[in-house]
Amino acid sequence: MIYLDHAATTPLAPDVLAAMLPFMEHDHGNPSSVHRAGRVAREGVERAREQVAAALDVPPLDVLFTSGGTEADNQALKGIAWAARAAGRGAHIVTTAIEHHAVLDSVAWLRAAQGFDVTVVPVGADGVVDPQRLLDSVTDDTVLVSVMAANNEVGTIQPLDVIGPALAARGVCLHTDAVQAFGRAPLLLDEWQVGALSLSAHKFNGPKGVGVLALRRTVPATPVLHGGGQERGVRSGTLNTPGIVGCGAAAELTARGAAAEAARLRTLRDTLSDGLCAIDGVELNGSSTARLPHNVHVAVQGCDGDALMTALDTVGVCASTGSACQSGAAAPSHVLAAIGAAPDCAHVRLTCGRTTTADDVDRAVALIAEAVKRLRDAGGGYV
Amino acid sequence: MAAALLVERGDDVTGVHLKMADTPSGLPGKGCCTLDDARDARRVADLLGIPYYVWDLSEAFRSRVVDDFVREYAAGRTPNPCVRCNERVKYTALLQRARAMGFDALATGHHVRLRHRDGRWRMSRATDRSKDQTYVLYMATQAQLAHTRWPVGEHTKPALRAMAAERGLITARKPDSHDICFIPAGDLAGYLGPRLGRRPGSVIGPDGTEIARHDGAYQFTVGQRRGLGLAGNTQPLYVTAITGDDVHVGPRSALETAEILATDVRWVAGEPPQTRSLAAQVRYRGHPLAAVWAPAGHRNLRICFADERPDGVAAGQAVVLYDGDECLGGGTIADATPARTTADSSDAVYAARTVRADRR
Repeated sequence: MIYLDHAATTPLAPDVLAAMLPFMEHDHGNPSSVHRAGRVAREGVERAREQVAAALDVPPLDVLFTSGGTEADNQALKGIAWAARAAGRGAHIVTTAIEHHAVLDSVAWLRAAQGFDVTVVPVGADGVVDPQRLLDSVTDDTVLVSVMAANNEVGTIQPLDVIGPALAARGVCLHTDAVQAFGRAPLLLDEWQVGALSLSAHKFNGPKGVGVLALRRTVPATPVLHGGGQERGVRSGTLNTPGIVGCGAAAELTARGAAAEAARLRTLRDTLSDGLCAIDGVELNGSSTARLPHNVHVAVQGCDGDALMTALDTVGVCASTGSACQSGAAAPSHVLAAIGAAPDCAHVRLTCGRTTTADDVDRAVALIAEAVKRLRDAGGGYV
Repeated sequence: MAAALLVERGDDVTGVHLKMADTPSGLPGKGCCTLDDARDARRVADLLGIPYYVWDLSEAFRSRVVDDFVREYAAGRTPNPCVRCNERVKYTALLQRARAMGFDALATGHHVRLRHRDGRWRMSRATDRSKDQTYVLYMATQAQLAHTRWPVGEHTKPALRAMAAERGLITARKPDSHDICFIPAGDLAGYLGPRLGRRPGSVIGPDGTEIARHDGAYQFTVGQRRGLGLAGNTQPLYVTAITGDDVHVGPRSALETAEILATDVRWVAGEPPQTRSLAAQVRYRGHPLAAVWAPAGHRNLRICFADERPDGVAAGQAVVLYDGDECLGGGTIADATPARTTADSSDAVYAARTVRADRR
């Protein structure tokens, strides 16, 4: 099996598991408790907070732990929008057409059920939003702009370096979903003046079920979850100590040598991308330059998506198509629609990671080329 | 159970769930095709240790089955969507894809028996006669049958449930699939209403005059008695025919059908049978009745009932021909000729009705 789906999730790093184990085996205390057991757990959590803060170059108190990227996005969007409107600062939100559904659906709900005004800015055929077009849609009523650091499907990097400072100059808060970008592309929170940022631990070799909302203390946010008042009162709920400890360890591991790992991934990606694009009727989706170093996303003409995905799984290549929906069928991707990707063909995403080797990539190219040829020879598997 | 039987026989099996529509979770159980059913199927695959995929055929299903279904009702016919789905989705497109991907055969859970004997594939009634599904598969070709497996057709439903329970398969307790899978709660009028709108027309009585008005001929089915809004008549009236927006009603005796014109005939047996005397079945849960068939132009057949005559034959349904337990073929009912009119001028009536069928 060749695992090329690191954008879906990554394997837990052995060092991360080692850091988590004590908190599952014996250090079971509640980090909010004042006694010795609680202190041991709290020490683990606060150390993790410092590790994440160091990786993002923000103060530890800006780091809030959540149950994942989805919760971080929901808390950021709803919390910041509610607080801003309650303070009478406005009720307009701007985002892009290629955001993750955790952002898009939160914004859609804020519009439909909460009466906010929403502008969804389209992106170019290269999968990158035009910063001027986005900034032009900001009005005096705008309280929040959410633009992902990099797209989860086609891996395109968004121009936060231009958008961030321009928004800050107008006093508008920027939230960014950096779930895919963290560890793979630079995140300059200070320089870009990011107000809030979302991470998910399992996307960088940490455990599933833990996320981070880096929320500047200057950005007011109403809580989504009410309860014990943990995490600055923004995110109530007993802290997931082993998960948070794992998230911290994974953040440190990822930040350490991130540049070297990105360079290694880039080489693997280019081999994969060049190898696949050498096949007749295979083309890269999205920008080839403004792109995460681990992401290849290709349109394969003459093949049905479901059929090719099944064929690839059969030969042992773990890839992904569209985005996974509840029933497991490939849902029509809003990202591919937004970039005007070719219809009636298979779209395949291949994403490398820490465990990917040059040999993996070479074998994957050969297996995919063979599977595509076989399927095309038999009519493409269309229904 | 189809998958379990094949796995236990030693076949290399891959599970596929067909996503036919965006049916929300929690909908009244249809036994297949919903999100909940997809999960049940996935758990069965997990238990059997076989790969499992969901293939999204909703676009093909919508354009080839559902749209056709609505169009047929709009034209005054009573379509059979299961026949269309098998013909245009499962045994063509899906089988083609499976073959393209290197699979030898497509297995489904249909209650049908399949044997290769005397140089051809023979499709026969299921062991569990009450579950038999040959009626909706008469259009399969010999080439398709060569790559088809119907393992559950060899067993009775109670035996299959017992086998599933023994293996701890969740499907042991599932309700039987029934009704039309894309129509919530079996509410046909509620489904067609918003799609076809108000299409007022006449209810024509036995003497040929209008005796009532209606909101849409698609709300009626040939053979229907209740819900006609004709209370107070001395004899019960039934829908005997639907032509355009006209709904014809008459006494029960007018439902009796002497002869059927079938179009788009397919011989699952591979070729027309030697004998002209067979049994014909005109509805899914109907009984086969002795009949004689004769060719009536390209891919058309005339089927005359020799003895007992069927009641309330609806255009759009399938007529399927059997020789004993073997299903030989069938076609779509284009027209049904009432028994009474055949006595005097059967050829003239037949010709007139053929013209009308062609015009459609």
